[in-house]
Amino acid sequence: MDLSLQQLNTTEFPIPTDLQDNVAITSLSKIYNWGRRNSMWPMLFGLACCAIEMIATASSRFDFSRFGMEVMRATPRQADLMIVSGTVTKKMVVPIVRLYNQMPEPKYVLAMGACASGGGPFKEGYNVVSGIDTYLPVDVYVPGCPPTPQALLYGLIALQRKIDGQSLAAVDDIPWYGVGAADPTPVPILGPDIIDPRQMDMIRRQAEEAAKKGSASIGVRTLPAIKAAPVAVPAKVAKPAAAAPAKVAAATPEDDKRAAALARKAARAAKQGTAPAAGDAPVAVEEAPAEVAAPTPVAPAAAVELPSSGKPWEEAEDIREQRKAAALARKAQRAAKRDSSGG
Amino acid sequence: MVMAQPEVMDAPDLRTLSVAESIAHLKEKFPDAISNDTREGYSGVIVDKQKLVEVAQYVKETLGYDYLSSATAVDYLGEGNHSTDHLEMVYHTYRTTGGTALVMKAQTDRETAELPSLVPVWRGADFQEREAWDLYGIKFAGHPNLQRILMWEGFHGHPMRKDWKEAYYEEETKPFGSRWPGGHVHRAEEKTIFGSNVKYPADLDLGRLADISDDQLYQGFGMGVDTHQMIDHNGMETDLLVVNMGPHHPSTHGVFRMVIKLDGETITQLEPVMGYLHRNHEKIGERNTYLHNIPFTDRLDYISSMGNNHGYVLAVEKLMALGKKYEPPTYRAEVIRVLMVELTRIVNHLWAIGFWMNDLGAFFTPVLYFIQERERILDFFEATAGSRMMCNYMRFGGVFQDIPERMHSAMNLINDRVRDTDSMKFLTEMINERIPRTIDELDEYLTNSEIVKTRSIGVGYISPENAINYSAAGPLLRGSGVAYDIRKAEPYSIYPELDFDVAVEPAGDMYARYLVRLNEMRESVRILKQLLPRLEYTKGQPVSDNNMAYSGKVPLGESYGRVENGKGELGYYVVSAGDKKSTANAWRYHVRAPSFINLTPLGLMCQGGKVADIVAILGSIDIVLGETDR
Ligand code: SF4
Repeated sequence: MDLSLQQLNTTEFPIPTDLQDNVAITSLSKIYNWGRRNSMWPMLFGLACCAIEMIATASSRFDFSRFGMEVMRATPRQADLMIVSGTVTKKMVVPIVRLYNQMPEPKYVLAMGACASGGGPFKEGYNVVSGIDTYLPVDVYVPGCPPTPQALLYGLIALQRKIDGQSLAAVDDIPWYGVGAADPTPVPILGPDIIDPRQMDMIRRQAEEAAKKGSASIGVRTLPAIKAAPVAVPAKVAKPAAAAPAKVAAATPEDDKRAAALARKAARAAKQGTAPAAGDAPVAVEEAPAEVAAPTPVAPAAAVELPSSGKPWEEAEDIREQRKAAALARKAQRAAKRDSSGG
Repeated sequence: MVMAQPEVMDAPDLRTLSVAESIAHLKEKFPDAISNDTREGYSGVIVDKQKLVEVAQYVKETLGYDYLSSATAVDYLGEGNHSTDHLEMVYHTYRTTGGTALVMKAQTDRETAELPSLVPVWRGADFQEREAWDLYGIKFAGHPNLQRILMWEGFHGHPMRKDWKEAYYEEETKPFGSRWPGGHVHRAEEKTIFGSNVKYPADLDLGRLADISDDQLYQGFGMGVDTHQMIDHNGMETDLLVVNMGPHHPSTHGVFRMVIKLDGETITQLEPVMGYLHRNHEKIGERNTYLHNIPFTDRLDYISSMGNNHGYVLAVEKLMALGKKYEPPTYRAEVIRVLMVELTRIVNHLWAIGFWMNDLGAFFTPVLYFIQERERILDFFEATAGSRMMCNYMRFGGVFQDIPERMHSAMNLINDRVRDTDSMKFLTEMINERIPRTIDELDEYLTNSEIVKTRSIGVGYISPENAINYSAAGPLLRGSGVAYDIRKAEPYSIYPELDFDVAVEPAGDMYARYLVRLNEMRESVRILKQLLPRLEYTKGQPVSDNNMAYSGKVPLGESYGRVENGKGELGYYVVSAGDKKSTANAWRYHVRAPSFINLTPLGLMCQGGKVADIVAILGSIDIVLGETDR
């Protein structure tokens, strides 16, 4: 909380001796962040057991008002920080995402406890979301079940350190200092099971495939039995990689895997008939890595078998890739804008 | 006394029959509808479903089993001991005068899955039947509002059925095979193509993916402001307004939601909506081994984990006692159990009163003082069990370990004073001085406070008849003048030898519930004081038989273990089946959660009240969502 004049003073600029106790010269970022880090207002809502420890952290013995966080706001519109304190269920994630969208920027998310971080002890349950980070960007994870109040305090201090590191100058690294409003996180839908709108395409594809095969449910697969020989899985998917860029030839196992992944992605793109969509940013295509832009033709038969290759996160990579591309595009736009206005 | 009654007094006579006599009488009365449950380790009667309502009515009105403690479903699918696959509803009924349960069962086949509803007999069956519909797909003919309660409307399937598999399904029961076969591991996320915990039915209609979960809910409410203005008795014009409260409302004590219809400021209808913390405790519990499940019970009512442990171990111990190799807990273990449970009760009531104060508008100041005391009790838990909140302390046949000689190391570093003290000294001081002082303080500042009194006297009223009929439990029941405390009504552990009174208040309003909690804390202190010499006296005795295997086998049968927890009657219904001789996993594991069932009369209690009282009434019931939604 206290920031002495000495600490605040960050320039070489000489201050006359008689003013040294009264005047400090500092950067705007530093003073701005100092204000922000010491008035982190968490949102007042608790999810499960972890919320009890959050309350304990707020009260008599631990008292997080020492760090400027005692003002718990019941409305998201006044909150800076969302402490996800407990198990996120499918039924509850809908309001949580809505609440997050209603928070003004800059906003932070702290995943408190095993449940919020990754599903926790109840992960296998049919109504449990495997961690809030499947929907929202998380800034700090606090492990524990429940984390002790000390652990939560440590997590909050870690968040303060993160804020210290953010700079008003590097606007491109921090989404909310950029131009225009950020896109809201799509709100999941409670259908027959929870539906993440970002996965809509994939769900449609899988549904069509399942309809063709006449299987009982969509999305569940039997994993290949893991054999003692660790090479078994990569070896199988390495085949389509033969058609991929030349560096595979000199394969270390890591390269091999990466090449295989690229090939698979290309195959998928070929199957869809399009390259991965680049979101709302036409600029992105140019900026995207060259290897991805050039799809390698692979027999569709191989592509159909792909889902069982044990890399489901590859699919999610599409989304990540898109987001990255969009961010790059925005960055480029901003740079162009700056150039034009500056010159 | 029974013998002396002449025949004219036949009716009251029947109310004193023992359970066995009651069953014999029932069989006489309904010869073709009742049969004994003869399965190994089972008890009670199987009632023909055609006659179920009639029999239930008779059991309640004539035999005096006025309290429906638990109603739950079991799915016997492909289970060796039973000739046919069927679904079964199990009803545990008690007399509020005390005694053991009369257990009734009704069976239906899995395809039609239909049974008559018992809501006309016991209103307390309402939410429990909705739960059975939601999770097992049993349709209850005659139920006034048969909607899903824990999952959302539109969810595919009935997830507690044995043939329903979750997206992350691995194996039927734990312990699962190696998590690291051949140096590789599968993450749960790999089990679905979507990389997350989802699974869609094959008939997924992609054209209509709208969220229908709330449609039915608002039916009959009318959305938003009703434009028909109404003139009330005083000639003032009021609007009908539907207000949605929750699930993240700060004073719903978690993720609870209510849909309220208001006429001006008066509540005309209130519908509780829950399931926002439904984390599939029971499904997971049926995969767990018996021992494995103890830490999960901690997370039910996460304020009182010790009490949850106690109920669960009692239920399983009842089953184990049917076998040969069972050793009951030692006396010291029982003493320690009761010690922990009573401390937990104090924690629970401090918390409940504190947050009720929040709801009344005394925001956070009283709570700070109560939490201060709670922290000290948690210090003791941490020193003994290793964890502040999730104690995971009790085991079958005892407790995890003895109270340590000195309290140190794992303690909170902030409070240097308690880091290395004699634990008995700490405990004695806490019981004899600190806790009574806190209770006296609380009493002094709150009991006669004008604001507390005007806000709470006469508000949130429930009559004793309704409290029993709605299966209310704990302070909610005792606050209506029904002196029903399981520690007295069906004593367990060492409660029979302890001297204490049941706290009871006749008024039936919020203030009465507050007084019950206050007095109950005093009674707990009384019990704790009696435990201290017992602890000294038994020093050095073992606290568990220490050879509990990782997956102990439990003989076949069913059992219902219940304890008086801070929030009310906490019951565990455990079925051991699925194997020829004995099992390592529960076939059915059900929690009769007081927080869940105590919400049944919420609408009734709020009706006619003012909108500002809703949160206070909810607070006076004292719910915790981990237990409500499980
Ligand atoms: S991490 Fe543990 S304590 Fe926290 S919400 Fe999950 S189960 Fe409860």
